[in-house]
Amino acid sequence: MSTTTSPLRPRRSPLLTGLMLLYLVYTLVPLLWLFLSATKTQDDLLSSPGLWFGKSFALFGNISDTLTYNDGIFLRWLGNTLLYVVVGAGGATLLATAAGYGLAKYRFAGRRAVFAVLLGAVAVPGTALAVPTFLMFSNLGLTNTVWAIIIPSLVSPFGLYLMWVYATDAVPHDLLEAARIDGAGEIRIFFTVALRLLAPGIVTVLLFAVVSTWNNYFLPLIMLSKPNLYPLTVGLTQWSNQATGVGARPIYNLVITGSLLTIVPLVVAFLLLQRFWQSGLSAGSVKQ
Amino acid sequence: MLTLTSEVDGQMAESAVLRPRRGWLHRDTKGWIFVGPFLAVFALTFLAPIGYAIYLSLFREQAFFGGNTFVGLDNYAEVVRDSKFWEAFLRVLLFLVVQVPVMLVLALLAALAIDSARLHASSFFRIVIFLPYAVPGVVAVLMWGYIYGNNFGLAADLNDLLGSTAIQPLSKSWMLPSIANIVTWEFVGYNMLIFYSALRTVPEELYEAAAIDGAGTVRTILAVKLPALRGAIVIATIFSIIGSFQLFNEPNILRTLAPNVITTYFTPNMYAYNLSFAGQQFNYSATVAIVMGVITAVIAYVVQLRGSREAL
Repeated sequence: MSTTTSPLRPRRSPLLTGLMLLYLVYTLVPLLWLFLSATKTQDDLLSSPGLWFGKSFALFGNISDTLTYNDGIFLRWLGNTLLYVVVGAGGATLLATAAGYGLAKYRFAGRRAVFAVLLGAVAVPGTALAVPTFLMFSNLGLTNTVWAIIIPSLVSPFGLYLMWVYATDAVPHDLLEAARIDGAGEIRIFFTVALRLLAPGIVTVLLFAVVSTWNNYFLPLIMLSKPNLYPLTVGLTQWSNQATGVGARPIYNLVITGSLLTIVPLVVAFLLLQRFWQSGLSAGSVKQ
Repeated sequence: MLTLTSEVDGQMAESAVLRPRRGWLHRDTKGWIFVGPFLAVFALTFLAPIGYAIYLSLFREQAFFGGNTFVGLDNYAEVVRDSKFWEAFLRVLLFLVVQVPVMLVLALLAALAIDSARLHASSFFRIVIFLPYAVPGVVAVLMWGYIYGNNFGLAADLNDLLGSTAIQPLSKSWMLPSIANIVTWEFVGYNMLIFYSALRTVPEELYEAAAIDGAGTVRTILAVKLPALRGAIVIATIFSIIGSFQLFNEPNILRTLAPNVITTYFTPNMYAYNLSFAGQQFNYSATVAIVMGVITAVIAYVVQLRGSREAL
């Protein structure tokens, strides 16, 4: 890393660290509030200060209420989310990796057109696509099926962009040339030579694809009307509407605890895979 | 050797990308093996719906007789005269002009601080500041929405503390800044990471050269780091502009908490959504979406052109 070999080794600055700590507080306070609120009963929520514990510690009670409410629909939503993430984000990563590699390492007719079309299409807002996609899928009989969520999740223009940038530097041309001289086919070269070099980039793209599928809200909102196909995001907002709408059932504690449970897997994934995705993003600094 | 950013710039500007280099396969079609599958799904989920939306926008439903009649560009003329659309558009434009610069400057400062080697525990800062990006947007809005609320939120606590009722994040005049705060909270870390990884690609020799020339911190930032960040800044700006024009999740979810403040046409995206899913006006909704898409694409394109031509 450049910092360790730098001829400029500036002294650490307490002032800068202090300023950054302020921003850190802003980042963490809402999450702290969410955690503390998830430990409270409905009554404590209303009576205790937001940034401290309530009279009782009800976290585990809240968790079991969340998981069992309405015959365990939350677990069903979690399962749906996992399905959409594994198939959608996994497929998106595969497609983006291959395409990014292809764009970075081959000069073929139509390459510039591909670039222009991608950039143009990315600028089109979600609803410009959402309404016609809904009508199209509806005609194809795909609405209210898992495919309505999975198929659109397979395309990640941002993943393609990241992979393209990454592959440009990570896969040396000489290595490809050498493999070609050895008589290897293009697909074989991709799987045996390139894929290993692209691994940190792939983890990065996969993580971003997982986040966007896990967080997907708009698409399932319009595509699905059966609650048993909902992902967590749509399910949680439905609970929230129940809690605030007319004739509301006060299930704030379920919304809050459910929100906490929805965050945890992604945060854990990011922390555990830190080494991989950070090397994926910063590998460009280590020039081969 | 080319640096990563200059390579990206080259591609952004679409200039000199066809320059032959060692190892390229010239005039080859083998690249399609890898790009083809992506493009096939892309065509199905991006291009086909866009084509279908354009088709829809040229028709209008007959209220009494059923079926659609071809009306040419009438729907577009209606959008141009639609005050609800323009109100929504100006609202997201205002949001864009204020929120995006604040967010990107915060992200830039954070990235420079973390990259500066002057920070204690810099990798801890990097991961924690990035963390909100891992929080689903829906959860972020629900969380902030409750925090903003008067029942058990922090806004209520603050008002109690101050003995006032001055802090009303869900009221009409506070709503747009309240939404801006949520979006900023969510995306500073993400943009910081884009900037940070671009900074990592600056070759060590440049810093050495700057040091030999006697450049201080500020001068190094201006002369070395910011130029290296240009490509990343352009990309982040384009993504942020697109994100602002698409604003939907935050206002749509906050609507249940403040139904009188957030209208069904609070943003163009909400307008298009409500037109088709509450009003069954699919043709007009598609037209609104296309108009918004064209405006977004034009602005993103202009930013990209200016960004790749001008130095910072």
